[in-house]
Amino acid sequence: MRGLRRGEPRELDLMAVACLAPSVLYVVLMFVYPFLRGIYLSLRPGKEPVGLSLANYVAFFSDEWQYGTIWITFSLAVPTTIVVVATALFLAYGMRRGIRMERTITTILVLPVSLGVILLSIGIQGFYGTRGWFNQLLVGSGLISEPLRLTNNHTGVMLSLFMQQFPFCFLMLLGYISGIDPTLEKSARTLGAGSWTVFRRVMFPLIAPGLAIAFALVFVMSFAVFPSAILLGQPAGSTRTIAIAAYHQAFEHYDMSYASAIAVIMGLCQLAGLVLIVLVRQRMVLAPTMGVGKR
Amino acid sequence: MRGRLWHLALYIFVLGFILNLLGIVTHVTMSAFAKRWFGTPLPPQFTTDWFVYAWNNFDLDRVLTVTVTVALAVVALALAIAYPAAYILARRNFRGKALLLLLYFLPLVIPQMTYGISLATTLYGWPIGGTIVAVILANLVPMVPLAIFVLIPFFEQVSPNLEWGAQTLGASRAQIFRRILLPLTIPGLLTAGVLILVNTVSNFELTFLVSGSGSQTLVVALFYNVFAGGVRPVYSVDAMALMYMTTVLVLLLIALRFVRPTQMVFRLDRA
Repeated sequence: MRGLRRGEPRELDLMAVACLAPSVLYVVLMFVYPFLRGIYLSLRPGKEPVGLSLANYVAFFSDEWQYGTIWITFSLAVPTTIVVVATALFLAYGMRRGIRMERTITTILVLPVSLGVILLSIGIQGFYGTRGWFNQLLVGSGLISEPLRLTNNHTGVMLSLFMQQFPFCFLMLLGYISGIDPTLEKSARTLGAGSWTVFRRVMFPLIAPGLAIAFALVFVMSFAVFPSAILLGQPAGSTRTIAIAAYHQAFEHYDMSYASAIAVIMGLCQLAGLVLIVLVRQRMVLAPTMGVGKR
Repeated sequence: MRGRLWHLALYIFVLGFILNLLGIVTHVTMSAFAKRWFGTPLPPQFTTDWFVYAWNNFDLDRVLTVTVTVALAVVALALAIAYPAAYILARRNFRGKALLLLLYFLPLVIPQMTYGISLATTLYGWPIGGTIVAVILANLVPMVPLAIFVLIPFFEQVSPNLEWGAQTLGASRAQIFRRILLPLTIPGLLTAGVLILVNTVSNFELTFLVSGSGSQTLVVALFYNVFAGGVRPVYSVDAMALMYMTTVLVLLLIALRFVRPTQMVFRLDRA
């Protein structure tokens, strides 16, 4: 067991390779291989493909019913991401010193994630539906005369996305912000900075890298929205997202080649979002000062 | 004064979130017990008939058997595959380690819908396509990396000196594993195990894409019944939703004895 001590990178012995092999093989066989196969498959359209062809991609981008899904998905994912990240930042910043009943609050926040998107969608459909409690309350209290249409449209899908993504984003930012050295803030205050200046000039530059990661992850996850777009939206109309389009080709038209192409396009859109966020992040000058702190 | 307002806003938001969640959950529960419910604050009459209806019409005994089988198989296999890998990743530093970690990381951050379609296509090309085996194999894709990342810090807490000491005293590798490593990493196995259990039961996308008619888990069967909307009485679907919810909440209660609530959501700040 010579290799126990951490230190310089070294070659792995036979035992170490044997320990790593099952998981590496698994990820390669069940994740990397299907992924690459999907890309290859997307380039071989038709029943008897010959050679490689971009016909699927051409078909996708010349059919408005198909390429329109990209815009629909962006119009769901981008506003949701902005709202989620902004709310999470507001809340996590306020809780950076710890608050009362933190464990209870985090448990409650985590609940919707654990319950899963299907149950949430069913519940939202009932609670926020035109005959649900939410509308009954608003109509009953005289605030509005006609029930609001909150489901079977964009709003419903975004509600469900918010409840899915918010806890994840909040907990990530809370961990990040409470890890920032509190003496920095104290020094700024000693030097006479007000709350807003502290946030704007000291804390925000330090939070920015974490914020960029949170933004990227929430965006990527929201862009793949699928079950809630079906259950809470109009899957054949205004909320036909790109994931629904891919699913349709695969399991209703059984055109795996075209479906793979749509999945590749979906992946590329997510990648484009990521690249954009990384570029924005690089423009913000920062030096992470993570140190002591809560936890 | 500004600080006060800020705190007030925080608590109002948290309260709103809780009320909204409570409303969603209670609405499902209420509807499952309603005989009929149409635009009134409370259903006029309550009944438990919808549970019987759901049990008889939705093939729930088979669905539950599949769910339990899948969940237990995924927990056992994911831990078995991840355990040795996490040990090496915690103890050794080797060339290409960062790349390997990235490889494990990808299935967790790439949305399941993005890679699920090509995974389903591949699985359907094999004889196991659409079977319960395919569902287990597919769920392992994100769960093996999850188990690895959860287990690594638990191995890091076990001092290598213990292993050296045991070796000096003449213990074989098998003995060191059985008498030292395994007992000291039981908490890690429990933590990873419950996390995988809850995640597998509530994981929708991958299971939905790779399962056939006989290999649907509870959450996928629930989706199909909602999707078939109109054919099934909404109350019976809510009854099924309530059964699903109870299952998850019980698992969650058990899980929270072993893990912090924040661990229920995948964390990136340590990766």
